[in-house]
Amino acid sequence: MLSIHCPNCGITAEETEFHAHGEAHLTRYGPGSTDDQFESYLFMRRNPKGVHFERWRHQNGCGKWFHVARCTMTLEVFGSYSAQTYAPPQEILDHIKDRRPGWNEGTT
Amino acid sequence: MSKPVTALGGASDATGIATVTEMGPMGMITLRGDLSVKAVTKAAVAAGGVTMPDQRMCNTEGAGGIAWMSPDELLIMCDYEHVHAKLADLQGKLAKEHALAVNVSDARAVFRVSGPHTREVIAKLAPVDMHPGSFTPGMFRRTRFAQVAAAFWMVDDQTAQIICFRSVAQYLFNTLNMAAQDGSLVGHFSKA
Ligand SMILES: [Zn+2]
Repeated sequence: MLSIHCPNCGITAEETEFHAHGEAHLTRYGPGSTDDQFESYLFMRRNPKGVHFERWRHQNGCGKWFHVARCTMTLEVFGSYSAQTYAPPQEILDHIKDRRPGWNEGTT
Repeated sequence: MSKPVTALGGASDATGIATVTEMGPMGMITLRGDLSVKAVTKAAVAAGGVTMPDQRMCNTEGAGGIAWMSPDELLIMCDYEHVHAKLADLQGKLAKEHALAVNVSDARAVFRVSGPHTREVIAKLAPVDMHPGSFTPGMFRRTRFAQVAAAFWMVDDQTAQIICFRSVAQYLFNTLNMAAQDGSLVGHFSKA
């Protein structure tokens, strides 16, 4: 069971108070994009064994969205950060590199 | 005006390790808006009759109160009879603000769980640290009770007040009573 922190209301609770909504920081290809781009936006996900960035919502709490960085293999949660961003903040990346010295952003 | 009817007609069960009672009717107004705007909080304070609560807190006095629901949402509580007047006053004060106020009194059900084992009954159903030192009176928590969303606070150390959607009132009443059924005492919070 994961222990998740919501940066919007400050609650830390077990995962059943929240809901995971899949991979974060996708580029939303729409009108004008190629079929390949649109297909990858709709269907293609990274599914790594290791560091993963995800969108979460505080479903049974304040109702707000946020991001979570966690490890899909060990279930370690590296941290939460605002939904209003296109990429993980530096402090989250630093913490992950601290915990996973060989990890390289972009390869997972 | 027609007579207000609560979801379960004031059902109560005191046969278990805690007493579960349906409350109400209670006046409830949902207010959404930018809580850093003075005019919004000022109007809320006037309607709730209490000071503005901090994040995740709730201030109550008599039937009046304000609960912090999310970074842009408050729940204002008042007498059921006064809710229409309060709402009209609130909407008048917020006419020029980007804010939304709605009467949700009849869309909700309110319960009280009381007795020395109240904390244990709640801890069986919600993912909340109910230790007396962790969740204290005045704190407000939106969470789930088994399968339904609900919000609650401790009125005092042995009494919890819970708000849920009216459509799940019977489920929550039954679930609370199951968690409080006779012979189910774990004694978790009385051990330490
Ligand atoms: Zn939250």
